[in-house]
Amino acid sequence: MLASTLLMDGGAPNFGWTFYAPLSTTYAPPSVTYFIFAVHLMGMSSIMGSINIIATIMNMRAPGMTYMKMPMFVWTWFITAFLLIAVMPVLAGVVTMMLFDIHFGTSFFSAAGGGDPVLFQHVFWFFGHPEVYIMILPAFGVVSEVLPTFARKPLFGYSSMVYATASIAFLSFIVWAHHMYTVGMPIAGELFFMYATMLIAVPTGVKVFNWVTTMFKGSMTFETPMLFAIAFIILFTIGGLSGVMLSLAPLDFQYHDTYFVVAHFHYVLVQGALFAIYCGVYYWLPKWTGHMYDETLAKTHFWMTFIGVNTAFFPMHFVGLAGMPRRIPDYSLQFADYNMLSTIGAFITGFSQLIFVVVVIKCIKSGKKATDQVWDGAQGLEWTVASPAPYHTFAVPPQVR
Amino acid sequence: MPTASTRNIALRLGAVAVGMFGFGFALVPIYDVMCKVLGVSRETIKTQAQIAPGSASADASRTVTVQFLANNDGGMSWEFRPHQFEMRVNPGSMNNTTYYVRNPAHRAMIAQAIPSVSPAEAAPYLHKTECFCFRQQPLAAGDEREMPLQFVIDQSLPADIRTITLSYTLFDVTANAATMDQRVGLGN
Repeated sequence: MLASTLLMDGGAPNFGWTFYAPLSTTYAPPSVTYFIFAVHLMGMSSIMGSINIIATIMNMRAPGMTYMKMPMFVWTWFITAFLLIAVMPVLAGVVTMMLFDIHFGTSFFSAAGGGDPVLFQHVFWFFGHPEVYIMILPAFGVVSEVLPTFARKPLFGYSSMVYATASIAFLSFIVWAHHMYTVGMPIAGELFFMYATMLIAVPTGVKVFNWVTTMFKGSMTFETPMLFAIAFIILFTIGGLSGVMLSLAPLDFQYHDTYFVVAHFHYVLVQGALFAIYCGVYYWLPKWTGHMYDETLAKTHFWMTFIGVNTAFFPMHFVGLAGMPRRIPDYSLQFADYNMLSTIGAFITGFSQLIFVVVVIKCIKSGKKATDQVWDGAQGLEWTVASPAPYHTFAVPPQVR
Repeated sequence: MPTASTRNIALRLGAVAVGMFGFGFALVPIYDVMCKVLGVSRETIKTQAQIAPGSASADASRTVTVQFLANNDGGMSWEFRPHQFEMRVNPGSMNNTTYYVRNPAHRAMIAQAIPSVSPAEAAPYLHKTECFCFRQQPLAAGDEREMPLQFVIDQSLPADIRTITLSYTLFDVTANAATMDQRVGLGN
């Protein structure tokens, strides 16, 4: 639906993923209505998928599988599904208000009619902040599965991991305005959102500590999923620390809408969420295809990506602090060298993903036959069935412990 | 084959989703209330109490710079600018200035100016005794006018505020103004 707007008169929606009003209402191309429709469809499918996940987890666990025995990946998805059900309807609400402003003469976001564009930002970020955690929580789950496998030790502090994930999910609802420190909030608001945001560092710190401690004195091997998992921990922590810097309202007045923010969210979403996706794909690929992937090629993919993303995104911290703004078509001359470095890094990253495509195709078509267990230290029910998993896995529900 | 309890969970979660959709809209009035409680002046006009002229004597020992800005709402075609961009005034003294408007359109229009004061802390100390923003401004096609503004800076203005910016945004309210014919005398 959204891709079809590329071919429409007036062009595709051109107001960025945050689609702030009035850019997305008064000044939007006509295709904005398609965008709203697409967001509604996407929201409905997310909500229905989440209801499915929650109902499955609550009702269809194997006998003996108590909540506190569930794999971390299942736990993170369980919590993510609740977040989705809570915030996707709010997104649906905000695009509906846009639709009414554009076509039915209401003034939710139009100052001329008694509305307020800042209201848009509040409603949007009430959805938007939980949304970024929706992207990262399953990544936490993947890493929490992979680390114990390759460190050959159980996950350190399992229950604290569950509670930390739940606290992060709860806190995500009360920090949205840290995306908009500079709109002119009262000082009480700035302080509240600043302290609430800083609080998120605590459960996140617990998780990083647990991951590191899981590896401590483990008999580690460094297959590709493990490399991605370790890189995730290091680079996500860098992103987390720049996040703590951004959470401080007075400092944010300098960082707001600069490349520092761009560096921050790439470190948490590319080196964070994307690395965890690769980590999970390499981890479960033998289970999906029944073949082992090409380890040499996969490691090449990892190292190229690792070098590429850091070359691309690390210099953005510096240009951001030096004052280069986001979302500009051209930049001042003094930022040219760092931007060239970022461009080189981006090309390395982009082309390296072709290696990934080759690895996956090779793995599907050929490769060493995978055993049921696949990884030496893998725990969990999926490793007790054949690789690839048969169409019907458990004729009798397995008894857990 | 969904069991009764699965259907139960699905229905409850569906109800939560519907409730959150409603909550999104509930944020609109909640936002208004929060703005009022926290003192974010969405309507500066209401925070400015009017005082009787001459009720305070001028404080000659102190001067405050008052800057004047004029903006048009998107789609508003009028020429709109302050007569002078800046005034240096004594707190307590009565000051007069004007804003110039011209309606270049080929039809009579009605405008409403909405004021905004920066820094926001200064807003309660800026008393307007006469302002074109107090009422709607009708102009026939091609007409121009100097619109009066009379104000006093309160003597209790905090000492750290030395510059106050008074900004007006002009909105086209022709469509909303019911009594347009009488005011502009259309057809004459």
